[in-house]
Amino acid sequence: MPRPARTRKEPAAGSPAPAARRRHWTRRPNPVAGTGALIWLVVVLIPVYAMISASLTRQDQSLDGNPLKPPSDPTLENYNTVLDSGFGHLLANTAIVAVAVVGLVLVLAVPLAYVAVRTANRWSGAAFRLFLLGVAIPAQAVVVPLYLLIAKLGLYDTLPAVILPTAAFAMPVSVLILTGTLRDISEELYEAMALDGASSLRMLFQLVIPLAKGGISTVVIYSALQAWNGFLFPLIFTQSDGPRVLTLGLFNYVSQFGVNVPALLASVVLSGIPIFAVYLVARRSLVSGLMGVGGK
Amino acid sequence: MSKAATKAGPTAGSKPARARAGRPHAAWALPGVLFFAFFAIVPMALAFYLSFTEWDGLGDPRPVGLDNWSRLLDDPRLTQSLWLTVLLTVCSWLFQTVVSLLLGVWAAGKQRNRAVLSAIFFVPLLLSSTAVAVLFYALLDPNFGIIQKDTLGSSSGAFLAIVFVGGWQFMPLHTLIYQGGARQIPAVLYQAAAIDGAGRYRQFFSITLPQLRHTITTSSVLIVVGSLTYFETVLILTKGGPGTDTAILPYLMYEAGFKSYDFGYASAIASFLVVAATGLSLLLVRLTGFGSMRSTREGM
Repeated sequence: MPRPARTRKEPAAGSPAPAARRRHWTRRPNPVAGTGALIWLVVVLIPVYAMISASLTRQDQSLDGNPLKPPSDPTLENYNTVLDSGFGHLLANTAIVAVAVVGLVLVLAVPLAYVAVRTANRWSGAAFRLFLLGVAIPAQAVVVPLYLLIAKLGLYDTLPAVILPTAAFAMPVSVLILTGTLRDISEELYEAMALDGASSLRMLFQLVIPLAKGGISTVVIYSALQAWNGFLFPLIFTQSDGPRVLTLGLFNYVSQFGVNVPALLASVVLSGIPIFAVYLVARRSLVSGLMGVGGK
Repeated sequence: MSKAATKAGPTAGSKPARARAGRPHAAWALPGVLFFAFFAIVPMALAFYLSFTEWDGLGDPRPVGLDNWSRLLDDPRLTQSLWLTVLLTVCSWLFQTVVSLLLGVWAAGKQRNRAVLSAIFFVPLLLSSTAVAVLFYALLDPNFGIIQKDTLGSSSGAFLAIVFVGGWQFMPLHTLIYQGGARQIPAVLYQAAAIDGAGRYRQFFSITLPQLRHTITTSSVLIVVGSLTYFETVLILTKGGPGTDTAILPYLMYEAGFKSYDFGYASAIASFLVVAATGLSLLLVRLTGFGSMRSTREGM
């Protein structure tokens, strides 16, 4: 409350320019918050720095001193070790899983959200509530019976055993995001298309999907991250090298590389590079997509 | 599907047809519902069934009545695990909500340095939980690590490490959510408050916090549900140890099922999780008003 006098006079001096008005509350520097942000920056960067510097250290030098010391004799041999141990295969499997999960979720969730928003009857309401309840089902709670189902379906130790449950568990949040977006499409637009004699299917492709682009890209990001992050389903539904995905590969490296910490950290760096590349290219939509999750 | 689709078209213009405009047949939702039911709802019911059986993963489950449940209720590990799970959730919520709320509101500003910092804050989210767990497993190694102490060897150290590692990874997501929420607060409110002589801290507590209540709910639900997915963090960092001091419910379930091949018992633990999860999602419906089927954008 230190400077009420100045701000109180402002309106009397004529209304400020629109741009200034919009930034009113963020314009003044905030040293306390700024310092807090800098502290968190250090907390974020130290592990990242330690990881990269340690991954460039020769294994025989890695045990003397702590990982914060920059490598005296940087080497890429750790990266070679990891790449030689089938890293490309893990990456390819993860990419297949991510693409399949995103595809499945979009094909199933978009029409579902369309019905939930536009068709107000008992059945669509029940379907919507089913997904609402589904949001909080943790995968851990159903992994034992899923193991039984997957085994009975003959899918154990295949990529579909990872893809199908991952897609199913990405559905509830995706449906919620999409219904949130679809509710903002105005009734007049549907009526205008109805006057042109458009079918529901045509409306889906020419009205709903184009106008729901924001929500759809959020769903793409969300479900791709789920697939990218997935650990439990691959851990329990696969076993051999064939369908092994990246997260499980990293988990195995912990025992495989044992005391070879630099190689272990090199594998972590490598696992982050593909999505970091995506981040550099699609930063804006990635960030705004995730930002939208809370705006609803 | 195409049959249902043609319904709305032909009589367009007349009142009832216009009211039906763009209303697809409810059957369009069926594939999605069936898919979700098969891989999530049916297994949930199956978990309850399996909790009354004995099954080692081979052959068929054999009914044993209430055996697993009476064993479970007598198991001291369950009490410890429940308590740990709650404690982990509460600590994670406090840590992540306080830090990401402050960071998010701060980052909602427009200055250039904020954009750059926000971009760096985002980096941990680019690694998978597994990668983050492996990273900290290496960095907390007593011989190699940053802290030359056996952090993971002590109960409190291991617990705090899990809270910190989870926060380190997911904070960017929640910061972004709060950043998005804060940007939607109309500046008029702050102007009015400034005219009334409210300072920065007063504005934060009287405008920012109340305006962010829906955002806080969304983020909190994600944190609470998400803290159950710290499973891989626990598995990689501590293996539930030292002893069973970081064995949260999902980990206990994993050990009973996939380490001891005692799937009936594991299902009883899983059923516990289902009950907790259902309670949580009912709370979610209540708190967010998602059930009212209205856009929250209205009235902003």
